[in-house]
Amino acid sequence: MEELHLPPIDYAAIAPLLLVFGAGCVGVLVEAFVPRAWRYRVQVPLLLAGLVAALIALISVADKRVSTAGGALAIDGPALFLQGGLVALGIVSVLLIAERRVERGGAFVAQASVVAGTDSDRRQSSQPGATEVYPLTAFALGGMMLFCAANDLVTMFVALEVFSLPLYLLCALARRRRLLSQEASVKYFLLGAFSSAFFLYGVALLYGFAGTMSFTGLREAAAEAGSEDTLLFLGIAMLSVGLLFKAAMVPFHVWTPDVYQGAPTPVTGMMAACTKLAAFGGILRVFTVGFADINLDWEPILIAVAIATMLVGAVMAVTQTDIKRLLAYSSIANAGYVFTGVLALSEEGVAGTMFYLVAYGFTVLAAFAVVTLVRDADGEATHLSRWAGLGRRSPLFAGLFTVLMLAFAGIPLTSGFTSKFAVFSAALGADQVTLVIVGLISSAVLAFPYLRVVVLMYLSEPAEDTPTVSLPGVFTSLALVIGLVATIGLGVVPGPVLELAEQASSFIG
Amino acid sequence: MSLSPYVPIAGMFILAIVFAVFSVAVAPLLGPRRYNRAKLEAYECGIEPSPQPVSGGRFPVKFYLTAMLFIIFDVEIIFLYPWAVSFDALGTFGFVEMLLFIATVFIAYAYVWRRGGLDWD
Amino acid sequence: MSVNLAQETVSYAPAEGALSSFWLLIALPLVSAALLLLLGRRADRWGHFLGCLSVGVAFVLGLVYFFTLRGLEESSAELTLFSFMPVSELQVDVNLLYDPLSSVFVLLITGVGFLIHVYSIGYMAHDPGRRRFFAYLNLFVAAMLLLVLGGNYVMTFIGWEGVGLASYLLIAFWYDRPAAATAGKKAFLMNRVGDVGFLLAIFLMFATLGSVDFEDVFNGVPTLSEGTVLAIGLLLLLGACGKSGQFPLQAWLPDAMEGPTPVSALIHAATMVTAGVYLIARSHEIFSANETAQTVVVSVGAITLLIGCIIGCAKDDIKRVLAYSTVSQIGYMFLAVGLGGAAYALGIMHLLTHGFFKAGLFLGAGSVMHGMNDQTNIRRFGGLFRYMPITAVTFGLGYLAIIGIPPLAGYFSKDPIIAAAFARHGWTGWLFGGIALLGAGLTAFYMTRLFVLTFLGPKRWTEDITHPHESPATMTVPMILLAIGSVASGFLLSLGLVDYLTPSLGPETEVEHGPLSHLTVTLLTVGVSVIGAALAYLLFRRGTALEEQPARSPLVRAARANLYADTFNETVFELPGRLLTRALVYFDNRGIDGLVNGLAAGIGGGSSRLRRLQTGFVRSYALTILSGALVVTAALMAVTFGS
Repeated sequence: MEELHLPPIDYAAIAPLLLVFGAGCVGVLVEAFVPRAWRYRVQVPLLLAGLVAALIALISVADKRVSTAGGALAIDGPALFLQGGLVALGIVSVLLIAERRVERGGAFVAQASVVAGTDSDRRQSSQPGATEVYPLTAFALGGMMLFCAANDLVTMFVALEVFSLPLYLLCALARRRRLLSQEASVKYFLLGAFSSAFFLYGVALLYGFAGTMSFTGLREAAAEAGSEDTLLFLGIAMLSVGLLFKAAMVPFHVWTPDVYQGAPTPVTGMMAACTKLAAFGGILRVFTVGFADINLDWEPILIAVAIATMLVGAVMAVTQTDIKRLLAYSSIANAGYVFTGVLALSEEGVAGTMFYLVAYGFTVLAAFAVVTLVRDADGEATHLSRWAGLGRRSPLFAGLFTVLMLAFAGIPLTSGFTSKFAVFSAALGADQVTLVIVGLISSAVLAFPYLRVVVLMYLSEPAEDTPTVSLPGVFTSLALVIGLVATIGLGVVPGPVLELAEQASSFIG
Repeated sequence: MSLSPYVPIAGMFILAIVFAVFSVAVAPLLGPRRYNRAKLEAYECGIEPSPQPVSGGRFPVKFYLTAMLFIIFDVEIIFLYPWAVSFDALGTFGFVEMLLFIATVFIAYAYVWRRGGLDWD
Repeated sequence: MSVNLAQETVSYAPAEGALSSFWLLIALPLVSAALLLLLGRRADRWGHFLGCLSVGVAFVLGLVYFFTLRGLEESSAELTLFSFMPVSELQVDVNLLYDPLSSVFVLLITGVGFLIHVYSIGYMAHDPGRRRFFAYLNLFVAAMLLLVLGGNYVMTFIGWEGVGLASYLLIAFWYDRPAAATAGKKAFLMNRVGDVGFLLAIFLMFATLGSVDFEDVFNGVPTLSEGTVLAIGLLLLLGACGKSGQFPLQAWLPDAMEGPTPVSALIHAATMVTAGVYLIARSHEIFSANETAQTVVVSVGAITLLIGCIIGCAKDDIKRVLAYSTVSQIGYMFLAVGLGGAAYALGIMHLLTHGFFKAGLFLGAGSVMHGMNDQTNIRRFGGLFRYMPITAVTFGLGYLAIIGIPPLAGYFSKDPIIAAAFARHGWTGWLFGGIALLGAGLTAFYMTRLFVLTFLGPKRWTEDITHPHESPATMTVPMILLAIGSVASGFLLSLGLVDYLTPSLGPETEVEHGPLSHLTVTLLTVGVSVIGAALAYLLFRRGTALEEQPARSPLVRAARANLYADTFNETVFELPGRLLTRALVYFDNRGIDGLVNGLAAGIGGGSSRLRRLQTGFVRSYALTILSGALVVTAALMAVTFGS
């Protein structure tokens, strides 16, 4: 019998992962054994403590560059930076999820599968929401962290499912507009499963091609292979489809507006910030480690995808009448800008992409935080016509939202400008002139819908039934302050974070 | 092009499709048509068909729940087999890892048990 | 033209002594703006004083720095505050540059800005949003100062966007007026078009030279290929056209007049709109290195100055006439900076004198509106000389200055530009000189029309006005000071400005002579202007019809429709965009809105119908994803096996 070599595991390097998953597991036990009345009060501090501990652990291992667990995980610069970003954005998301003052009982209901419109559904709308959302969030965040560090195809697929499944469920838990929420969940689940199948098929083909699952092995095999290897190019195509779906790139973006609209707003914020970050973390690793030396001309196709994403996202955002759909399309366009940084295929590109993801995440979370506050009797008032005249009712929040919109539009002294500048200059450094020109044009187009919201808020007469802005609780206020400070801070002094991203921009393996 | 090894596979696909289409198309032509009440009723795996609303209705979710729980623990057992086979070679490390794995599954088990997932009503 | 410029290396001395604190210029109004915005209603009572004070102090500081700089040998001071974006190859610092070119802009911005702040105290006295207004004005001044003091293109761009934002806020200040809101939006969006050009230029510099610092870029220009220099130049020009309201992006500027009049005076006459001229003058090393780029600049200037003059003749709104006159005067400045060499300084000089007389004219217009219940139609003015003597005299001086009557300011600045245009070699000299000369005549015509219809002739007031009044002292004093500037600035500047700007704009100070001597050009210009003015006086001294008469010639019709600029924009840019949007909406989420609307209509009743709809959509989404996957695979296959 062949002797088994047990893989050495660097526990310090994976401590952040273990802490987040551990918080999730303890959270499940809390659900099982702690009385109902106490669960909320135990779950929130538990999860926040777990995330803060993970952040501290990440900082303490910030200089590590190792491949561990038998090469399944690469704890290198990008992995650590992205995990740090995920945990930081995750903390803000949890703050939004934990808010229970704005909506009595929180933004979630107790049970996802109760048929909308029935008696039991009406009953649960006045009861406190599920506290399972906290362990679910922990597992989702842990999965995303794993996704960024996965160094072979199988780990990557497991991580993909680990972070997707909790998200499907979280989408279905919105307290208001139950039907829309359930519809969003089912759509996300079905299409997610569909794209996972593509991903898995790609994994299988690539394994068939290279005989190995690891990215390094894949790269070596791909460098030698001829360009006409069917398994290779089919595998790459299928794998790309799976990844591009998660990143919401055109034409795999179709789910985004519906799901963003239907999901509970805090979850939408988390998807826009964290899922996007994780998806691009995976894309960065696959394209810069796995297929770096490949003898295959796939760049033009990806460029076409990026261009289509930027244009469709921007143009579609123009006609939206629902603020969450508008932000969804804007997130699609932003995925295109991020992809511009990826396609630079250079270390500057990696650094720019990572900076963009973190900067965008904070802004988009703050934007969705404002969305949770604009309410009328039926919950959140997301139709744009209901935002008319909001600037007169509550100048503070309208002002805040204006700053966030300006950041999305890429106005200097906000993080939107510095991050776009970073990815576009990286892309230009790699001679991707077309991408940059399209990117700039698309962002000029995208300024229009943002501006329309601002104009609506300030320049329209408030109607009799203009929704009021609810007073945010401590959690939402904190999330808003963090988002705003990050948006302005990364716009005025982006230096330290950019430097950090640059130091962390080289992959191992 | 290295597509030649796939030709038999493609052939099999075509054969399968042809067979399926042929069977479905030929059955109503050749088969006798004798309808009775029992034939027109829904078939429900041996169970007496329960009365259902006109619009199609829904299946009780409990069936799914039980089925899913079964699959989860079934898969756990499947994972235990290879470990049991190579227990010696894996040593303490394998033992600890397996304990961790079982503990993880038991966390889920505890949740299901405490929250009434195992109760039928 | 400028041949030797490229060989000399550009280098800026670090800031020392008193100059090391010149970042205060930006910080003062910025802090004031932040205070006014953050303190909210608490600052309502004294906010406007703080606003004025901060700009006033900045002006005094500007004077101190100005004289300090004159005493220095290097004539420049560079200040690096901190590193903005330090990524290996992408090194952008927050650095500021104070040199003769910046110094005159600082004085113009803070000086004229201060007067307009003071004027606004009176003008906005009855407006409940006065504190907010002053906060925006301060913000604007800070951004504009950053624009002219930025030491690299990114800093300039930040100021550039900042002034755009502040101008948007100020145009749309009276947001209860729909026209103001639309105008604000139009200004913002047309500026974005220009900004894309500017950003692309910055990226191009970065890609080819690896830096965006003025020093590195200017020193690197000789190493670039001709095509690259041309591309950078044209992209910068696109940015400049957006901000300065030049052809083909001129349409937003006149609409921007919907904002409060002091805003029109400060932003859309004296300062922001000249940013394009500043940008080209600052980048003179780039433009001087490529003759094609220069020719394009000159052509843009010439076309715009004609467009502005022609439309200006047909407008009845006092502020719109002034707005189109601004468009055409900036055309003169573009013409000048496009000519290159010594004419750079002439362009800047015209910019400065224009800052005085155009700000004065706008404040005069505001004063007239203030006394006439916000009436802006010049057909309903007339005979106001007697009721508003101070306004009339100051306005009149500005008017004489703009049409270039010696010895007022416009004469000293516009005349040399026309002469320089004639001096351009070959037939282009005759063409551009001729256009500039024609423009001078037209300017005299429509400005005389404006003055005569407003202040002279019979009263044609609307019924509600019984007794127009002169404005309060906070408004008249700034007008008087600006009028003094309109009279004297030209002569004073002509004494030393060109030499003073040499370190910034290159050593050539002699204006060349073309086929016509300077004296001939002067006589021609003054003659044409007098003819234009006399014609207008004869036509309009008895007043005019109260309503706009149907146009008899196609030119008048076209001019009244802004030479169809809006129609053009609509058909060329908006229509395809709208069609594309509609098509995409149709294909992408045909049923979603129906679904959402249905939901709003009633969740209970239609639920089963909706459920059936939803499954359809998931199927079609899956189909989209599948076809996307097929397309990606097919494309990959095509590039793999096709090559």
